[in-house]
Amino acid sequence: MSEETVNMEGAVCAPPLHHTDQIVMGHGAGGRMSHQLIQKAFLPAFQNPALQAGDDAALVDPGLRQQLSISTDSHVVWPLFFPGGDIGRLAVCGTVNDVAMLGAKPLYLTAGFILEEGLEMSTLQRVVASMQSAAQEAGVQIVAGDTKVVQKGKADGLYITTAGVGIVRPNVNIGGAQAKPGDVVILSGSIGDHGIAVLGARGELGFQSSIQSDVAPLNHLIEAMLNASENIHVLRDPTRGGLATTLNEIATQSNIGIQLDEKTIPVRPEVSAACEMLGFDPLYIANEGKLICFVPREDAENVLKAMRAMKYGEEALIIGEVTAEPQGRVLLKTALGSKRVVDMLAGEMLPRIC
Amino acid sequence: MKYVNEYRDAQLVRGVIEEIRRTVTRPWTLMEICGGQTHAIVRHGIDQLLPSEIELVHGPGCPVCVTPLELIDKALAIAACPDVIFCSYGDMLRVPGSGRDLFSVKAQGGNVRVVYSPLDAVKLAQENPDKQVVFFAIGFETTAPPNVMSVLQAQRLGLTNYSILVSHVRVPPAIKAILGSPSNRVQGFLLAGHVNAVMGYWEYPELAEQFKVPMVVTGFEPLDIVQGILKTVQLLEAGKVEVANAYSRAVTFDGNKPAQQTIQKVFMECDRKWRGIGTIPMSGWCLRLEFDAFNAEKRFDVEAIKAEESPLCIAGQILQGLKKPHNCPAFGTVCTPENPLGATMVSSEGACAAYYRYGRVNLEIHSSPQSR
Repeated sequence: MSEETVNMEGAVCAPPLHHTDQIVMGHGAGGRMSHQLIQKAFLPAFQNPALQAGDDAALVDPGLRQQLSISTDSHVVWPLFFPGGDIGRLAVCGTVNDVAMLGAKPLYLTAGFILEEGLEMSTLQRVVASMQSAAQEAGVQIVAGDTKVVQKGKADGLYITTAGVGIVRPNVNIGGAQAKPGDVVILSGSIGDHGIAVLGARGELGFQSSIQSDVAPLNHLIEAMLNASENIHVLRDPTRGGLATTLNEIATQSNIGIQLDEKTIPVRPEVSAACEMLGFDPLYIANEGKLICFVPREDAENVLKAMRAMKYGEEALIIGEVTAEPQGRVLLKTALGSKRVVDMLAGEMLPRIC
Repeated sequence: MKYVNEYRDAQLVRGVIEEIRRTVTRPWTLMEICGGQTHAIVRHGIDQLLPSEIELVHGPGCPVCVTPLELIDKALAIAACPDVIFCSYGDMLRVPGSGRDLFSVKAQGGNVRVVYSPLDAVKLAQENPDKQVVFFAIGFETTAPPNVMSVLQAQRLGLTNYSILVSHVRVPPAIKAILGSPSNRVQGFLLAGHVNAVMGYWEYPELAEQFKVPMVVTGFEPLDIVQGILKTVQLLEAGKVEVANAYSRAVTFDGNKPAQQTIQKVFMECDRKWRGIGTIPMSGWCLRLEFDAFNAEKRFDVEAIKAEESPLCIAGQILQGLKKPHNCPAFGTVCTPENPLGATMVSSEGACAAYYRYGRVNLEIHSSPQSR
């Protein structure tokens, strides 16, 4: 074959399918594709101010003395049991945390179960016991529920949807759109534990790991933080899509910029090693027991002190600050001193080839 | 993390960059051949810290990006077959074929699995004797040993339901094509250290001599990369043409001989089409005829599938270092990681994806999307 076949000026690639005509896994990954799905499929149909606020819970005012925070969350995690938690604990904590992130005290949960024909009764009992234990820890009651059974093969053992309601504390105004220049960004602890623990439990790491999921109810931590400062602007738990995606959401909602310092962001060595081997970035890995908080710098010390006194906030620290520009962008000062953008997760997080 | 953090030490990296600054007297254009290096450079912002005389251009060393459309169409056709479990490295799922990708095949009921190693695919074949298990064997020399091992393992186990769809490419012919191009402007190469860990670097002195271009075996951590750059600049400034090793903790001149012998046993050199570039003679590996039984192209009768690429993006020029991602009018506007126009935007090792994700251009052009 001759060298003439090499077209060094050539150029090319075919445009791909944009996945607008059918659901693919990326639509459920919590990143930009999930946002596009919400924008296209749900917002136009259900439009109302509470939904359009774009937070993980809705703030509603039913004309009582206090506002309510309402949220719902579906859980399809596999395997059902993983180091540090299980689908039951996750189902309770996920909703408790979403409700609490608006500055609310979560009170009541409902739970819907989709069970696959053939599921072991003992498995269901273990999950239910774990839910009760998590609910007790959070101080909430599971007051209503529903059960459906589907044929073998139509579900993966067990899915749980929970919904929750809580009473918003008076005199707080917390939401993703409230971040302001001059705020600092506080993170409650190390990132990536949950996502890597679940991957490990699936046997996808290809090596043994001691990483435990961080799944935990954060409402007591939040209460302590609200007692320490009345000026908290944003609270959010960086779940699917990880810290990077959550911070991008807030930067967009609040029309602000966020500057992070790479050196300060805590990642456990085991998580960091797993990410290096698999080609993942811990900034995009899911957490289920961490929160980020935006608060004016002058209140930061009080909030940090309150957090560090709590079980799930012992490792709390400042990881960055809010700037007026560039709006809607998250920038990271690298350990080497250069700067780069931290973007939102695009679709599904894929491991690198090598 | 031990043995990694040491190579990300900011003070050490800065020290080497200072030395580069002291060494350089005129502009030089270097190419890092490997997509993994491109990502490390942009992720750690190494190019921002270099003296302005040094320009880094990004090479075609992203196996996902250069896998030809035709082969992806073959993968899609096989993956859509009933009773097939199609296994792939995760990156390949989003690379578009003609009209669809592996994600859409999966959404339509295809059994597509992400695996971390081809040996996992062999295991699947053992566990599912009533299914055909196919592994999408893409990659440079780095992934060749596990891919050929999977074939030998399947042979040893007597599996008749395992095959691989091969799209292997090799670095030296790509370098030759780039340096032989009339539009070439690359003056020095950072070689892909992990390729050299397998292959050694005995293939390169001849190339360096033929084109009078120095080459330096380079690793992937920030300190490795700046050391590779320093060595290349030292050679260029001294007017020396040689192949040096700045990654001696992983690479020897001869490389991993048993791995090379195993590759040779299963693969033979063949012409290979590179997406965005065209056919480069003898630039690929394919299965030797005696391993036909493990050749998915033959097992599934997809050899007739042909596909021509349409000139919609400048991925080809980016893959050859002729253009930077932000030279493309589509970059960051109509072409984004969610809606990629080209493979260089799809793969996590693609130059466009690196530029987009780490915001090299976003910082300058798209700094205030809301206020525009």
